[in-house]
Amino acid sequence: MSMLAILIGTLAFALVAPVLGCLLAGVDRIVSARMQGRVGPPLLQPYYDVRKLIEKDNVSVNSTEGVYVTCALVFAIIAGGIFFSGGNLLMCVFVITLSSLFFIVAAYSTRSPYAEIGANRETLQVMAYEPMVLFMAVAFYLAAGTFDTAGVFELGTPVIATIWLVFLGFLFVLTIKLRKSPFDLSYSHHAHQEIVKGITTEMSGKTLAKVEIMHWYENILFLGWIGLFFVWGNPFSLILAVAVVLLVYFLEIWIDNNFARVKWQALLKSAWIVALVAGGVNIAVLTFLPYL
Amino acid sequence: MAMLGFLILFPLVVAGVLLVVRNNRARNAIVGASGLVIGVASIWLAVSYLGAPWVQFEFYSPTVDYVCMAVSVLIAVAILYFGIKYKNVWACVLATVQLVGSLVFEFAFAHGILVTEGLYLDSLSLLMAFIIGVIGSGICVYALGYMEDFQAHEPEGAKDRRPTFFALMFAFLSAMFFIVFSNNMLWLFTGWEVTTVCSFLLIGYTRTDEAIKNAFRQIIMNLLGGIAFLGALYVCAIQFNTLSFLEFLQIGVQNPTLVVLPVTALAFAGLTKAAQMPFHTWLLGAMVAPTPTSALLHSSTMVKAGVFLLVKLAPVMLVCTVPAVMVVLVGGLTFLFCSFMAISQSNAKRVLAYSTIANLGLIVACAGVGTPEAVWAAAFLVLFHAIAKSLLFLCVGTAEHHIGSRDIEDMDLLFERMPRLARFMMLGIMVMFIAPFGMLVAKWATLVSFADTGQVALIVILGFGSAATFMFWAKWLGKLSGIAAERENVETTVHPSEWIAIVIMAVLVVLCCVLLPFISSYVVEPYVYSVYATLGQDISSTNLWIASILTAFVVIVLFAGVGRRSKAKKADVYLAGVGRNNAERTFTNALSGESTASARNWYLEGIFGERRISPIGTAMCSVVIVVAFAASAVALPGLF
Repeated sequence: MSMLAILIGTLAFALVAPVLGCLLAGVDRIVSARMQGRVGPPLLQPYYDVRKLIEKDNVSVNSTEGVYVTCALVFAIIAGGIFFSGGNLLMCVFVITLSSLFFIVAAYSTRSPYAEIGANRETLQVMAYEPMVLFMAVAFYLAAGTFDTAGVFELGTPVIATIWLVFLGFLFVLTIKLRKSPFDLSYSHHAHQEIVKGITTEMSGKTLAKVEIMHWYENILFLGWIGLFFVWGNPFSLILAVAVVLLVYFLEIWIDNNFARVKWQALLKSAWIVALVAGGVNIAVLTFLPYL
Repeated sequence: MAMLGFLILFPLVVAGVLLVVRNNRARNAIVGASGLVIGVASIWLAVSYLGAPWVQFEFYSPTVDYVCMAVSVLIAVAILYFGIKYKNVWACVLATVQLVGSLVFEFAFAHGILVTEGLYLDSLSLLMAFIIGVIGSGICVYALGYMEDFQAHEPEGAKDRRPTFFALMFAFLSAMFFIVFSNNMLWLFTGWEVTTVCSFLLIGYTRTDEAIKNAFRQIIMNLLGGIAFLGALYVCAIQFNTLSFLEFLQIGVQNPTLVVLPVTALAFAGLTKAAQMPFHTWLLGAMVAPTPTSALLHSSTMVKAGVFLLVKLAPVMLVCTVPAVMVVLVGGLTFLFCSFMAISQSNAKRVLAYSTIANLGLIVACAGVGTPEAVWAAAFLVLFHAIAKSLLFLCVGTAEHHIGSRDIEDMDLLFERMPRLARFMMLGIMVMFIAPFGMLVAKWATLVSFADTGQVALIVILGFGSAATFMFWAKWLGKLSGIAAERENVETTVHPSEWIAIVIMAVLVVLCCVLLPFISSYVVEPYVYSVYATLGQDISSTNLWIASILTAFVVIVLFAGVGRRSKAKKADVYLAGVGRNNAERTFTNALSGESTASARNWYLEGIFGERRISPIGTAMCSVVIVVAFAASAVALPGLF
């Protein structure tokens, strides 16, 4: 993977992902509304919201919060660029973690009690999903023989064939990463189960707009990880991957609307048990199967 | 070779001089100048032998042998003296065992064995020499200012023992150089014991009951390791008739079944020195010492001697199962459990201690895996851990003297109160745990090498351990970053020597992260090649360069982007009530009184508390070690 490919990939991702992410968020809101027996907003409502936020006055509790959020946004874009240009999956995982860290530090820097609760919870969420995400990358490596995502196009069968258990485990933590209920401890779209506004309590105007856009990028990237399981040498597999991704997202919306937020203990324990079982067993099988 | 001799002897001479100098300014000058000399000399050595394979120096001297023996006796006598003075039976018993053991060994076995190549160097020794010379002497310079503050905080009329303190620090450096350059295992052993006793004296420096108790804990655990080391020497002398480290390693690689017991014993010595579970308590206890001591023990010396020996043994462990399994399991479990326990700590120095033990565990596990890739990762873990950890210790020490606490909760708002220091501390923290900084690149390589060698248990351990690592560092980082109101800046009185040392560490850590690809190809890869004759490196150079560029970006943001005034309208934080004084986070409560809104970090005591985790880890690691020794005794040829 050359540096140039990553640069081009990052630029392309920076331009394309927000459009897709915004549409996805619009669909999310409409589908959620239908599940709740409402009509829902127009498809482009997330875009109108963000545009409105950008037009707002620049007001903040301190001058550093916005810098941290910008960093979080930039690293989310770079992580996506690395992934979609065929770069190293682990590198992508690490860079998106760096992005989460900057987001957390942004909330801490306000020293607002409500934002700090959100930041603490977000930190806990990272701790909860990180093992499974790492196991996902390692299992991908063991199944595909490379960490480079471009490697999937040389495979005869998709990696899902050998690491479906890891896929299921990853599906579990995906709910945390997509900030869907029951695992939306730090920041929720459901006002009725939120402490003020979680980690974004002190974010407003352009800063909040950046956070929203960052979520669009993140969502596309995480769904890309899902799609990666279903791609192989056959070009038509890309269509299959997109179909699976849409199905998974629908599933996440359904989960989001049917489960109430859990306590952090339940989040941590369940995520770690899933990681241990799904990740540990699958990696052990991949490692020891050749010797049996 | 003159350079090696200089690096070993010069700090010793300085130590001798410092022991008698009582004048403050004279001491400042001597420590500053000799720190500079040692630093420059070690850099010069590293540069002039850049990329060197194993270079041996023909050097044999019976005088050095006798000096070593005299030092051994002196050490044992010193321990006995303190053991009797403070009535510690175990220390006396172990010191006696060691004294008798080493005298018998010297006269009955070692006397006839000639090691003609007494000294050597290779790229790993160079890396270590760089760490000892630059970081070690940086810490000594830092200690000048710190100890002045420390003495000022002592009660009136307290005895000024600073001459001893500084002499011990420099003696420590000398012993470390001796360890990394000695090919004669008897000399290596002497250096090993000198570090043990120096750290014993440094930990007990304050002479409080707690300090003395912890110092004895340290000496007992490390004497156990020392006796195991001595046992390995016996086997070498009797079975192989050699005391050359190189020959021993060669024999080990060719006939792994013959060396099971000595390698296990040496690995055990390494584990005690590297404070692996169940011996981790000595490192936690060492926290009572003044901060420069902790920094020296944790980052560049002492514990690094332990992992240095284990990394040296890595090629043997690749083919020798029993010690390898022991080292891998103990290292892996230590990494996991100590990362967990770090979450539950709010004392900054204890968090650093647990993180040190955990990272050493990872290095130890890499050494146990023993493949070229794992050794590559281990070398980088050693380097980055040394620099970043010393930076953090120095920052915590300075913060402690200025805010009067080493509790992380009290470091609230440090971003305003000590703006420069807080940034350096944040830099150190980020280097320790987050991509794209060096430590994480090394962890990345570790993960890949575990995946390649099918170490399923280690992959699982690394996954959970890293997640815990994120938690305890991120919440500390968050605490530091808080900004509430224009607080008074209290860092104007920081001693210049402290700034010099902190800035050196910070610059070094950034340089090493950014230049990681170069260090890889000119220092670490040559070592891996010289040992294994193949190149093993898991991360493509493109990815290394991406990490390097991103590092530069983050550092620029941290030091130039964050904290500048902006034109944004300033708003009050939301407190769910009518605010009284927003800077103090107070608001009018439901009874029209005043309440303060405050938040503490999460320590998750119920899940990750020491009381819950520590016994499990201690028990598991002890069992592993006992089983390994039993297995290696069985494997001893001729015994059964």
